[in-house]
Amino acid sequence: MTTTASRPAIEIRDLHKSFGPLQVLKGIDFEVGQGEVVCVIGPSGSGKSTLLRCVDLLEEPTAGRIWVNGVEMTDPDVEVDAVRRGIGMVFQSFNLFPHLTVLNNLTIAQRRVLRRGRAEAERVARANLERVGLTDKADVFPAQLSGGQQQRAAIARSLSMEPKVMLFDEPTSALDPELVGDVLTVMRKLAEDGMTMMVVTHEMAFARDVADRVVFMDGGVVVEQGPPQEVLGAPKHERTRSFLSRVLDPTRVAQLGQTDQAPEAPEAPGLPADDRHRL
Amino acid sequence: MKLRRRQRERLSLGLQYLVFIAVIAAVLFAADWDRLADAFFRVDIIKSMFPTIITVALRNTVLYTLGAFAFGLVFGTILALMRLSRVAPYRWVATAYIELFRGLPALLVLFLVGYGIPIAFPEREIPGGVFGSIAIGLGLTAAAYMAETIRAGIQAVPKGQMEAARTLGMSHFTAMRTIVIPQAFRIVIPPLTNELILLTKDSSLAYVLGVTAQTIEITKFGRDMLNDRVNATPLLVAGLAYLIITLPLSQVVRRLELRYAKAR
Repeated sequence: MTTTASRPAIEIRDLHKSFGPLQVLKGIDFEVGQGEVVCVIGPSGSGKSTLLRCVDLLEEPTAGRIWVNGVEMTDPDVEVDAVRRGIGMVFQSFNLFPHLTVLNNLTIAQRRVLRRGRAEAERVARANLERVGLTDKADVFPAQLSGGQQQRAAIARSLSMEPKVMLFDEPTSALDPELVGDVLTVMRKLAEDGMTMMVVTHEMAFARDVADRVVFMDGGVVVEQGPPQEVLGAPKHERTRSFLSRVLDPTRVAQLGQTDQAPEAPEAPGLPADDRHRL
Repeated sequence: MKLRRRQRERLSLGLQYLVFIAVIAAVLFAADWDRLADAFFRVDIIKSMFPTIITVALRNTVLYTLGAFAFGLVFGTILALMRLSRVAPYRWVATAYIELFRGLPALLVLFLVGYGIPIAFPEREIPGGVFGSIAIGLGLTAAAYMAETIRAGIQAVPKGQMEAARTLGMSHFTAMRTIVIPQAFRIVIPPLTNELILLTKDSSLAYVLGVTAQTIEITKFGRDMLNDRVNATPLLVAGLAYLIITLPLSQVVRRLELRYAKAR
């Protein structure tokens, strides 16, 4: 227990993961400090979601070691249910329990796992619903919520377990564009409250504004990492530049046709850049 | 003369009604109603069947059905979980059981339970007498069907549900019990209703166990009356008695489905 505070919240050493013959993670070394917000970006298939899922042991790593809150997840004898209580996970597809009301979505694990009484569980649940701005939705079923509301309820569900670390797996990728903002606002508030967060995302503006560190992954390895203004503003690696140019200015790529051969300069002169994306 | 589109539609619709009415009229006029009524609708016989057909026969049919359904549901759920188990021998046993009992006629299984078990365990009796034998005999077959239905239901619950439950710290067992299985059962309500209705009718096989006046169910009751009075009226009444069970059942389930539709 005494070492927990000094160790990073998440520590990953030489992590490998294969699905059959397909090598998805090829030796990842990585850590997230206490209270740090780390955004993991990269093209689809780069292994960033797999990395996140390995942290919570939703995927069994092929090799390498992972510690979360000072406990080794990769220890074969790890009490996985116990460690997971300290880790919140937010999925791209929300994964709210459709047969339970929003309130019961937030209380069921508190009651079954933390053995809290109904009154206390509901008190915690309502406090967290307030935190995500869903006070009036406690008694509805998830199907009656919009995507953005569902995701916020899912975040509140995780928070109700009072985790030390929150993992976000592309939390806004399944949302209509106009609903993304609400979810990101909740996440930003969470970051400001000092939550340790590891966020796999395509929201570059969020990464730029909220992350303490941005990690760029491609082909199963960490290509580069650093403060957002460095990785996003002045990427050192060619692969990072080409990815950013595709994400930030997709129309130009469409005009060029050949997507894989990115041009030298990420900011092509003469093309208007969306203000939101200017770094 | 060329008809306009609306005229053509009206003409077509009119013709369809005409055919419908013609067929009904043909049946009405062609059948010999007096003889039919004499064979199938003798009011005095109908009167003599009441109230026994309700208080004894219908009651027993419902009891046998519910007993077999409850047994099949519990056993079928266990089989479904065995089919999905990580332990290979469980899967083999469950698969073998399902294949075997789906292939055997319910009548045969009922017979084996009713006469085989007393021979195998002469010291013991099946709890509940005839009721127990029927519940188990029909339930064994029903379990095989229900197991496959329930397994499909469990697999139809998105993988993310289990993952979300596990990341909240629930054990596999707790996640199954509180998250996956409740959703699976909402999915399988319609096919399980089918099973319940089939069981209602299969309960008529109870006669192979030799039912008494107290344990008689609708079909046997109807057939006994048929032999007794040499008239087919009891069969018609028996048929209606089954509908008294199955029609409200369908209605209840439809309501249930509507209620759950909100929580899907």
